Amino acid sequence: MFTFKNYVRAKSLDEAYELNKARTNKIIAGMMWLRMSSLPLQNAIDISDLGLDKIEQKDEEFSFGAMVTLREIETYKPFCDYTNGAVIEALHNIVGVQFRNMATIGGSIWSRFGFSDVMTFFASLDSYVELYKGGIIPMSDFIKTKHDNDILTRIIVKKVPGKFIYKSMRNQKTDLPVLTCAVSCLAGNYRVVIGARPGRAMIINDEKNLLAGGLTEESIKNFAAYAEGVTPTQGNMRASAAYRSHLVGVLVERSLKELGGLK
Amino acid sequence: MGLQITVNLNGKPVTDFIDPDTTLYQFLREHYCYSVKCGCDTSNCGLCTVLFDGRPILSCSCLAARADGHEVYTLEGLQEEAKEFIGFIAEQGAEQCGFCNPGYVVNIIALLRENPDPTDEEIKEYLAGNLCRCSGYEGQLRGIRNFLNSRKG
Repeated sequence: MFTFKNYVRAKSLDEAYELNKARTNKIIAGMMWLRMSSLPLQNAIDISDLGLDKIEQKDEEFSFGAMVTLREIETYKPFCDYTNGAVIEALHNIVGVQFRNMATIGGSIWSRFGFSDVMTFFASLDSYVELYKGGIIPMSDFIKTKHDNDILTRIIVKKVPGKFIYKSMRNQKTDLPVLTCAVSCLAGNYRVVIGARPGRAMIINDEKNLLAGGLTEESIKNFAAYAEGVTPTQGNMRASAAYRSHLVGVLVERSLKELGGLK
Repeated sequence: MGLQITVNLNGKPVTDFIDPDTTLYQFLREHYCYSVKCGCDTSNCGLCTVLFDGRPILSCSCLAARADGHEVYTLEGLQEEAKEFIGFIAEQGAEQCGFCNPGYVVNIIALLRENPDPTDEEIKEYLAGNLCRCSGYEGQLRGIRNFLNSRKG
């Protein structure tokens, strides 16, 4: 369990940002993973009072404050409808309802965990991360960045008309995933994201235009084989690299078939 | 001296001074809520489940400081609500060692408040974060199902 000397409820983002510059201070969000570190901290900076716990919907986008919980997202009907229920599939295996009532979208995305269902799924949407100092950047760029002392304030999802599928492979329900796979078709463009490789989620670009002619049994098979070949995987206590690579092909094929109505 | 917090605990305001990194679980045990137990200490088992402003959370992973000004209910404060269905679970032999039971019961209360007539799948889904190493979960499911059926008459 991590320990700290002072608990500070930040009164402004500026105060939180200034405090967060010191290496011995840390922003606490849901705190689900942070609590398991053995870091001795000086200040735990709580950003609960900064109004970052709201979900907003406008004509063109959804906006999730950093402190919105995963449970609030999975039970937010307009977003469930927009994603054809894929958001529920992405979140419902994360431990349990109690855990998801505490884990926040901001903490999940900011941490850039390799095993993250949340990161994999949101990267398949037309989504953006709002940082206090860094401004708004596409999720596809954010997932490649290193940790710094900025503060994630919002996740924005553009309401681009699309279809979404999410699948994960787990050794046991509610365990961390062995592999995660999210596919989407956004305004006619396909996007495939693979996570829990066990490294960070990555977008698999269709560099050979295998899906350019649409989703057919053959194009899907070819793209799945391509994805299996280009996705770097590693082994850990949950699965070997070879098994994960095999799963890439299987989950991509199944997901694309479902997306294309071929299954 | 520490940090002063006031928590509305089981319907009564409780004020105390705490170390800043005290967890809600520790605070509750120090205030005689012995139904709340720490099983895994890694946010996985559900033993420490309490209702925080009506929502089930894991008290082992929540700072007591965050509960300042909020309402927390443990099984000690939910006895009447629990009485309605706990006999149905006991009848199925689902309480064996009993260690997981308080967390289970609190989460069942949260489930039934949110969804008064859940399907079996919805029950399993909601209670997936409560681990029981004795029962295999079928006894709890049968108990809840029997309770729900009895309400329908």
